[in-house]
Amino acid sequence: MIKITLNEKPVTLDVDPAMPLLYALRDELKLTGTKFGCGAGQCGACTVHLNGKAIRSCITPVSAIAEQAITTIEGLADTSGNLGESAVQQAWREHKVPQCGYCQSGQMMSATALLSSIPNPSDEQIIEHMQGNICRCGTYQRIKAAIKTAADNTNKHQTAGNVTSANNSGVEYFNAGQITNNKQGA
Amino acid sequence: MQNIENVSRRGFLKAVGVTSGSFVLGVSLPLSMAKASSNSKDVSHALNFFVSIANDSKVTLVCHRSEMGQGIRTSVPQIIAEELEADWQQVSVIQAKADSKYGSQGTAGSASIRNHFTTIRQIGAVAREMLEQAAANIWKVPLNEVNAKNNFVIHNKTQQKISFGELASHAAKLTPPDSKKVVLKNSADFTLIGKDVKQVDLANIVAGKAQYAQDIQLPNMLIATIVRPPVVGGKVLSFDAKAALKVKGVVDVIALKPRPLPVTTNPLSGVAVLAENTWAALEGRKNLEIEWDLGEKQSHDSKKFTKQLAKQVNQRGDNVATKGDVYAHQYDDDNTVEATYTVPYIHHAPMETPAATAIVTGKKCTIWAGTQNPQWAKSKAAQELGLAKEEQDNIELNVTLMGGAFGRKSKSDFIVEAVELAKASNRPVKVVWSREDDIQHGYYHSVSANYCKAELTPNGSADHWISRNAYPPIGWLWNTEQKTPADSQLALGFGDLPFELNNLSIEKHQVDSFVRPGWVRSVACINNGFALGSFVDELAVKADVSTRKMWLKLLGEDRHVDPSANGFKYSNYNLDLSQHPVDTKRMKSLINLISDKAQVEQKLPVNQGWGISFLRSFGSFVAAATKVEVVNNKVNVLEMHTAVDCGIVVTPDRVKAQMEGAMIFGLSIALMGEISVENGQVQQTNFHDYPVTRMNQVPELHVHLVESDAPPGGIGEPGVPPVIPSITNAIYHASKSRIRDLPVNKVFTV
Repeated sequence: MIKITLNEKPVTLDVDPAMPLLYALRDELKLTGTKFGCGAGQCGACTVHLNGKAIRSCITPVSAIAEQAITTIEGLADTSGNLGESAVQQAWREHKVPQCGYCQSGQMMSATALLSSIPNPSDEQIIEHMQGNICRCGTYQRIKAAIKTAADNTNKHQTAGNVTSANNSGVEYFNAGQITNNKQGA
Repeated sequence: MQNIENVSRRGFLKAVGVTSGSFVLGVSLPLSMAKASSNSKDVSHALNFFVSIANDSKVTLVCHRSEMGQGIRTSVPQIIAEELEADWQQVSVIQAKADSKYGSQGTAGSASIRNHFTTIRQIGAVAREMLEQAAANIWKVPLNEVNAKNNFVIHNKTQQKISFGELASHAAKLTPPDSKKVVLKNSADFTLIGKDVKQVDLANIVAGKAQYAQDIQLPNMLIATIVRPPVVGGKVLSFDAKAALKVKGVVDVIALKPRPLPVTTNPLSGVAVLAENTWAALEGRKNLEIEWDLGEKQSHDSKKFTKQLAKQVNQRGDNVATKGDVYAHQYDDDNTVEATYTVPYIHHAPMETPAATAIVTGKKCTIWAGTQNPQWAKSKAAQELGLAKEEQDNIELNVTLMGGAFGRKSKSDFIVEAVELAKASNRPVKVVWSREDDIQHGYYHSVSANYCKAELTPNGSADHWISRNAYPPIGWLWNTEQKTPADSQLALGFGDLPFELNNLSIEKHQVDSFVRPGWVRSVACINNGFALGSFVDELAVKADVSTRKMWLKLLGEDRHVDPSANGFKYSNYNLDLSQHPVDTKRMKSLINLISDKAQVEQKLPVNQGWGISFLRSFGSFVAAATKVEVVNNKVNVLEMHTAVDCGIVVTPDRVKAQMEGAMIFGLSIALMGEISVENGQVQQTNFHDYPVTRMNQVPELHVHLVESDAPPGGIGEPGVPPVIPSITNAIYHASKSRIRDLPVNKVFTV
């Protein structure tokens, strides 16, 4: 039994401790906003927050997150905000970022983690923090623009105290060297 | 042309899966008894299969084509609503199930709007005229005195008005007018077409609530992962399931039935692990032991094969089109350019890997799948279950959103897998492909070689043109004896060469196939467009003129080219050539537009270069320009432009989005896209060894949209082909290094 806080609510998981969080979310808890893209931490479709920091849920076993706080796209909404959307979600709508939309939960989770550590990121910082998230439809230019809009709006409308702690380091990167080349694809 | 008939609400709602009250109108083939109807509580009224109007004037429209990110779930309803004169704020959209009553649902070839624009408009116009007739009847005035507007019908003289909701029950009792006789709006009067309306799925996607094929959850459902034969045509000799069955959560291990060649769009066979959750299925899979008979295709080596194709195209092939006599000509070496181009196997790699869920109970079957071709998938499922044609409606196929597709999800192998396993296991089964499955068992854009030769002419153009190509044809899927592409495939940027030439030979070659070939976004326009765009640039370099000037000279006079004139049976992407001509004036104007907008002839610092290219494909005209710098053997892409003339634009922002996406997709192909095969087995496994464009590789993107009232062309695919040679041409102009063999990362860091 593994206890976690999921989207600010306590949840108990009765699963194989080695099960990656992604499958616990999708198969067990039926929270399907978080997507499977590669199963190897390479594409970012499965990005969620662990204590406010972006992680790849497809390679994070549930045993590693016991007693910790997980936020998924379903918990991203700022219930006090417009339409219950966070600044990032609003900006995503404003720029009509998504095409197929499949990778966008992960993109928004990564973008949110970025803005919580760097409220006013430069182009370089955006690229550095977002290059672990693949969008095959090619919405990158709009993602960049939306992140800037979200940053502007957040800085305009929120006081510094409302912004998540600046201590976390944003996105955890995919390192191609760590990936095992597994032809069976298991 | 399809005719439109009224259908009962019950049939409508059953077909689209709506249970609450809501007038229905439909496209069917052929016209049968017209009958519209209202629901039992009389709150909702069907005008046809696509249009239903509730008493409160809420309009429900059916989108019959599949969404993969192109925005069709906005554009189809937008066109219907335009002719219906509906208030977009009152429109909701529901997705059609697989059903032949909707006419074509096959969402491929960038065809949804270019091939069906008029039909979709008629759906709305027929419903509108029924509402207008209902109002005219109530007011006892002639039909030509009333007009629908913004969810009301208005009597022009008196300015009285009645809401759609109040008219719906009356309209539903009328016989629909002949769809060919209804008057369609003048494009000048469009209020929705050409406007960026609120996108149908945007809010759900942003909230993480949009439902894709992988998101289907059913009680008692098993998740299946399948180990497929490593080589196409391979078979399972034996397998040991003991260890896999010991994994907690694994319920069953099932050998899929053998599938002999031709592979068609059937599953590839293999061994499936079915489990209570994905993790258990994957863990079980790790513990499977399988002995394979790899079959005859294990001899395939893509690197050697590419060389063989390159050698082949340097020899004369079978005639596709001929004019004058290139072979009697003595070429002047100093003024002749001859080049061979190769493109490797390329894979779709949609972010959502293929997935489908099925329940089979006796002869009944319910399927949820992200499919580009719902009716084809349904017929394949019926075949799998041994159902006769008239029993097909025992199958209900629900179409989910697709997390990308790019042609992959036209093929129904993964859907039939789900049906096969659901039947075998007697439980609902969701088949989910791993990324490794996706990359290793795809339907690849074929490895190819193209050859071009031409001699410059004194007037600054070129002549004595030879174009050849060689690649495994998609037709091999169904006929293992097929060795050359069908004419419809040769029409893709090859047999339709638009240049003013006196001597021309276009030729194809006989080629064997080894892996599953398939349609990847832009199809053979990828390799043909790369060869053409590169070769024009090479001619320009030889002639020491700008690439723009060479294009303009080759295209020659303003005219409509008839690609059939030289013996080629040209199908023009299934478009009427009189409505969608091969128009050199539009081509030249695009080439000038891109050159001017991107300022491609500007002076650049050393190591920088601009490249341009052009291709008309899928009924649209697209030019591309790319600026790169090449420093320390590394290519940095600095700026990209596309200019598109796709005729009438329905949803401008989505056209722009498709062109942005085409630049990124083109970057992936040009810079890094390569599937290699050794011993018949695909070598790549995931995004680390099949890299696709990431944000750090993306330059400023610019899209230039040409205003036009020409009939609409396609938009999903036409952007990609010119982008690829624009990149490699830019690399040449920056570095003097000519990339004739894709991808670029064979030579440069990217």
